[in-house]
Amino acid sequence: MAKKKSEGYLSAKESRRISRENRKITNVFEKQRKRKNVPEEEYLTQMHDPKNAVEFDDLHTYFYTDAGTVKAVDGVTYEVPIGKTVGVVGESGCGKSVTSLSLMQLLQRPQGQITSGAIRLNLGDKCYDVTKAPDDVMQKIRGNIVSMIFQEPMTALNPVFRIGAQIEEVISLHDATGMNEEQMKARTIELLEMVGIANSEGVYKMYPHELSGGMRQRVVIAMALACNPRVIIADEPTTALDVTIQAQILDLLRNLKDKINSSIMFITHDLGVIAEMADYVVVMYAGRIVEKGTADDIFHHPAHPYTIGLMASKPVVGKQVDKLYSIPGKVPNPINMPDYCYFKDRCEMCVEKCNGEYPCEVKLSDTHYVSCYRYYDQRKED
Amino acid sequence: MSEEKNPNLVIDDTYEPVTYDPQYILMVNNLKKYFPIKGGLIPHTVGYVKAVDGVTFNLKRGTTMGLVGESGCGKTTAGRTILRLSGEKTGGQVLFNGQEVYDLSSKEMRAMRPKMQIIFQDPFSSLSPRLPVGEIIGEAVREHNLVPKEEFNDYIDQIMDDCGLQSFHKDRYPHEFSGGQRQRICIARALALNPEFVVCDEPVSALDVSIQAQIINLLEDLQQKHNLTYLFISHDLSVVEHISDTVGVMYLGSLVEYGETVDIFRNPLHPYTKALFSAIPIPDPDAKMNRIVLEGSIPSPANPPKGCKFHTRCAMCKEICKEVVPEQREIEPGHYVVCHLFDQ
Repeated sequence: MAKKKSEGYLSAKESRRISRENRKITNVFEKQRKRKNVPEEEYLTQMHDPKNAVEFDDLHTYFYTDAGTVKAVDGVTYEVPIGKTVGVVGESGCGKSVTSLSLMQLLQRPQGQITSGAIRLNLGDKCYDVTKAPDDVMQKIRGNIVSMIFQEPMTALNPVFRIGAQIEEVISLHDATGMNEEQMKARTIELLEMVGIANSEGVYKMYPHELSGGMRQRVVIAMALACNPRVIIADEPTTALDVTIQAQILDLLRNLKDKINSSIMFITHDLGVIAEMADYVVVMYAGRIVEKGTADDIFHHPAHPYTIGLMASKPVVGKQVDKLYSIPGKVPNPINMPDYCYFKDRCEMCVEKCNGEYPCEVKLSDTHYVSCYRYYDQRKED
Repeated sequence: MSEEKNPNLVIDDTYEPVTYDPQYILMVNNLKKYFPIKGGLIPHTVGYVKAVDGVTFNLKRGTTMGLVGESGCGKTTAGRTILRLSGEKTGGQVLFNGQEVYDLSSKEMRAMRPKMQIIFQDPFSSLSPRLPVGEIIGEAVREHNLVPKEEFNDYIDQIMDDCGLQSFHKDRYPHEFSGGQRQRICIARALALNPEFVVCDEPVSALDVSIQAQIINLLEDLQQKHNLTYLFISHDLSVVEHISDTVGVMYLGSLVEYGETVDIFRNPLHPYTKALFSAIPIPDPDAKMNRIVLEGSIPSPANPPKGCKFHTRCAMCKEICKEVVPEQREIEPGHYVVCHLFDQ
């Protein structure tokens, strides 16, 4: 059978077989989702710690593609405490964005499915498991309790609507009880002023193409803040911007967070930005968390070889090195993940045990966790 | 006529010609590149976008010059204008090995092209999706008859090996490669012509941190091996500090500060350079931030402010800055700055 000519090659027959099987799996999930009038008890749960805004608990998000199953998020557990900023770092394709999209239930369905695990979202008086919540409930949560700042301010705004109309849409959907049009406009202009747009009356009437990149990102932030959300997901909000504009936006986010006391999930691949913004840091690699801890733990006592490599490979202003450290090799193919530690093939600190199965999480201190065999003898009992 | 009176349409292309100094591979003198804005009922030129507006620097053989600045400040246009890739210049001089690039006929230019190459920003759109990698790298080599036909295949293998690609990659197409590998293909394509001077236009901006380090190391190794001269255009200041010997800081089409990397990073003089450097995030949660946050955004290059172009955002703006264009001054040997603060 011409199953595999070379690596990555699939015959049409094989691909059809995979997609048939995928359809069987995804149909079950979709059927579950499409039920009407789901009773609230089904998605009502308890937070493990009421001080957390979001708890990700062993989340698995898979994509059933025609080339095979991509385990984009494969067992991710972390918490976002209320009023704190959690930075999620990792290379492209490591699952940082998919984790946040799972929280928003914005995955590309039916291929993308949360197969197991829970995301507990604290609503104040109650708590929902987002993975089980039906679409009509999610619609009330999105933009209202959890909102997202997207990476590309150029594409996140609709080019054919005025700025004012786009922000008002969010307010009218969630927050408009007892508001007339003038109050809504006043609120929109207040939001634009809050994010530091000087000419807010003028911008209210403008189209997105009339604004610069930094201004557009401010508008996107204003939109995300429209309903005073409890959780803000910032998905690489400054990657497309210049350093000077980035500094403005980071300042803005820091001040706003204190003002409305919400939690921020800050996703980026820039370690410098994380160090500046985050209270807690989560380092992801190939769909799993390799290390998590406070910013101090991660930046001053990095434990996982990947974190150490990542820090060494970034040139830092003021520190001259002759040659940059570069992590050899590349990320493993997401369809055929090895059964040993995913980082082993690129790791220069391998020990013999690394050939065994994927290492479990080791607790180094009360806040600092790492998944690596090198720390098994330092394990502290819970 | 009325056209004479419109100040937007006056092009001042006077400059003092420089004489060739053999230690410099590239001498750029008051280079200008304006793009016309068409408008009106009967379309005619109503103004110019001053993308590059008076850039002057010299580049020594075998060194790297970093060119930094915000997006839209004309870094890329400067690089392309030096290589004569964006039509005719508007004014100034580009001397490559003592030869004015814009004086060459198209035939002479063609002979000159292999000596000066460019690596483009986006490895995803700068490779033809329909050509196999061997052809992408080898096309120009064959076109310029750089190697005899029988050695052609070995030569391509050699270049690919230098750039960290394997020879069996030759028959594959660009979509089969990851971002880092594609950037290696772009580098191999530029190096196959055995150039002396390479413009690297944001070669690592589209890549992940761990891949970035691989590409930067590769560029440094190749520079030592082939004695290359780089013009490294980037907005990532930490990368520029690592790779370059001299740095030029651009703002709105002109160089505001220019000098040795060590001098510029240790002692930035121009208020814009200071603000730019203070905005770099440092990967240390305890680092103290004395951040100078610039207000507003970069003005339109079609209608730059009068006097010093930076005065609209400058914290140390004086009266003179609003009226008079500052001159370039040498503060320390080799460290130039364009700012009224350093007038005697």
